[in-house]
Amino acid sequence: MKCTTEGIAGFGCDPWWLIGGKALVIFVFLVLTVLLSMWVERRVIGRMQLRIGPNRCGPFGLLQGLADGVKLALKEDIVPAGVDKVVFWLAPVVSAVPAFISFIIIPFGPTVSIFGHQTQLQGTDLPVAVLLVLAMSSMGIYGIVLAGWSSMSPYSLLGGLRSSAQMISYEIAMSLSFVAVFMFAGSMSTSQIVAGQQHIWYGVLLLPSFLIYIITMMGESNRIPFDLPEGEGELVGGFHTEYSSLKFAMFFLAEYINLATLSALATTLFLGGWHAPPPITTIWAGANSGWWPVLWFLIKIWAFIFFFIWLRGSLPRVRYDQLMKLGWKVLMPISLGWILLVATIRTASREGLNQTQLLIYGGITIAVVLVGSFAWDLVATSGRQVDPYAEPERATAAEPAQGGFPVPPLDLPHYHGVLPETAARKEVSSGTH
Amino acid sequence: MTTDHQQLIVGIGAGARELATEDMILNIGPQHPSTHGVLRLRITLDGERIQTAEPIVGYMHRGAEKLFEVRDFRQIIVLANRHDWLSAFANELGVVLAVERMLGMEVPERAVWARTLLAELNRVLNHLMFLGSYPIEMGAITPIFYAFREREEIQRVMEEISGGRMHYMFNRVGGLKEDLPAGWLGRTRHAVSDVRSRMGDIRNLIAGNEIFHARTRGVGVLSREQILQYGVSGPIARAAGVDFDLRRDEPYLAYGELTVPVVTRKEGDCLARFECLLDQVYVSLDLADACLDRLERLPQGPINQRLPKILKVPEGHTYAWTENPLGINGYYLVSRGEKTPWRLKLRSASYNNIQVLAEILPGNLVADMIAILGSMFFVVGDIDK
Repeated sequence: MKCTTEGIAGFGCDPWWLIGGKALVIFVFLVLTVLLSMWVERRVIGRMQLRIGPNRCGPFGLLQGLADGVKLALKEDIVPAGVDKVVFWLAPVVSAVPAFISFIIIPFGPTVSIFGHQTQLQGTDLPVAVLLVLAMSSMGIYGIVLAGWSSMSPYSLLGGLRSSAQMISYEIAMSLSFVAVFMFAGSMSTSQIVAGQQHIWYGVLLLPSFLIYIITMMGESNRIPFDLPEGEGELVGGFHTEYSSLKFAMFFLAEYINLATLSALATTLFLGGWHAPPPITTIWAGANSGWWPVLWFLIKIWAFIFFFIWLRGSLPRVRYDQLMKLGWKVLMPISLGWILLVATIRTASREGLNQTQLLIYGGITIAVVLVGSFAWDLVATSGRQVDPYAEPERATAAEPAQGGFPVPPLDLPHYHGVLPETAARKEVSSGTH
Repeated sequence: MTTDHQQLIVGIGAGARELATEDMILNIGPQHPSTHGVLRLRITLDGERIQTAEPIVGYMHRGAEKLFEVRDFRQIIVLANRHDWLSAFANELGVVLAVERMLGMEVPERAVWARTLLAELNRVLNHLMFLGSYPIEMGAITPIFYAFREREEIQRVMEEISGGRMHYMFNRVGGLKEDLPAGWLGRTRHAVSDVRSRMGDIRNLIAGNEIFHARTRGVGVLSREQILQYGVSGPIARAAGVDFDLRRDEPYLAYGELTVPVVTRKEGDCLARFECLLDQVYVSLDLADACLDRLERLPQGPINQRLPKILKVPEGHTYAWTENPLGINGYYLVSRGEKTPWRLKLRSASYNNIQVLAEILPGNLVADMIAILGSMFFVVGDIDK
């Protein structure tokens, strides 16, 4: 095989130490990102919540994540009685490992020279690289579902079930949001997609896809406002209720790595990957060469992570059925319609249809759809359903007990016809069944 | 339940026994993040839908009523302010009002106005707590910090006057424990205006949020009939259009001289309950300002009555009820002329309010249960007494 430094063929031609080095750097990068994003999250949310946040461990509390990690690792590892031990052990691993794998196809920068070797700043690339990310995030769900199932706890079970349903529905909408990108880039390889955004970011060109991706990525990340699998107020800890120590730490790790992966994927697919933001490229031609792109890439990733944190600080959690409704009834149809539109426009322009004609017809169609949907919204939500509440109805004067202190009559409506003394008072047993 | 299963099996045929679903029994609590303590709900779930719900109370029962019978009338106050730890001042009021009424004791005017002021500040404190904790149950973690910033303002003035941040113990039979410190009225006025000016933050952050509305609108609707049947009171009842507020309808303290706007909603759902609570804060802040105005104009004078060494309440019985932050709080005091009550029955708001859960929870999702539970604004101590 002829080795080049450009394109997908370039991967796999690096010397062994470079390949190993890349894998190691990506691993270290992920672990550091997790530690740092935990710290950033706690400090930023602290600021949003009028408090300081961790500032004791290390300078500015930077080592708080590390301290927490050590603490978690040293905690007692509790395995509840009656769990399916093998699956219970396997679940955190199944959850964490795919999270690491996805990052291998994220391009950090263009071709650079490392010790004399020309290589692309990317773990590897595949013709179906983006599908690998989708596959890996689906694998991660197995970890959550199995954790919920093997814990033998109703809360965990409900958490695992919610998670599987949520992930499946959001993964579909997410994949659909990628399709338009694939159509424009003509490839599913991440390096090709980044290369395709040299002039204009797909986030601008395909704004609806970008917005849909942002919503679905919140759904995929299991965080507020879509953190139903663990929804603390409802399911205590959801799927990880019964987990402790390192096994819990692995779920935690997986969650934060997913955060980084989703942000990196969003950057790669929609925000031009490692390309410098527009105003910089016009005044500085060298911004897209050498090691500088790594900086732009990191800035974009952290902007997304900040966005996640910001949402967590400000939004409540949606309800399970509302989440499903949003996924299936809103995001998917919009995605499909948008893909159809993009495909039509691309085909039409390839067939040589007049540009202005196209714009006019397209504009009319969009306007009709928008007006229609607004009208529908107005009709559907016109006026809060006010229950016409009945006139104040005087409660019939209760027959005062003969002498002594007043007692309530025994035929009150809320006894539902069952007299309290005849209703069997059964002891409530403990246990789940 | 069993008959349903039988029908299902007949309909589907052989092998359906494995397909037939079984209801899951889930114990929410006594240790669960959403029950604010040790309320336990035994719910039967079909998937995530609640079939039956039964509140099981009493994990925190401390025998308050029995303890009342072996404490003299000065000691009772300290017990009474603890069952609802978020409205300690209002709880104290019920006891002293009952005792004063039985004694025929006249309370100095300054004490009456100061009590009214403190009761309203206590109401603000209580409501702020729930305005912060309810969003937490819905997943919004920030509003509680905003609420606590405001709570701190008011707690500071409450602490200055009474030394307590939760259990003030500032009421005495016949008045208040001590006179108001110099300059305290000004500092309180400042705190009240600060809180009022920043209430908009909480409102903007959560009350207008679409997700919050989607979670609460039309969820857990209480009907007027249910409220009357179960004796539900306070903001929960008013959110369903039951326009009843003791401060206006049977004034005690100085409420008779104040115009008390009663906040009501008609919907009776979780959102209405939350909005009621939010608007009541503004009302209470206005009432506190009115009390402050009055207290500044009142001439100096005593703030309590001198009590005999042994306080005996004449034989008889009375029922003193107050509009506590969470609803109607009543003390039925029966005295046989001793220095301790023969019986002091406590009617606490939360106990009645949560009984209605068994009616409104079935048919809702687990997530709705959290929304409903949080919007019932209860304190477990107030339930279990």
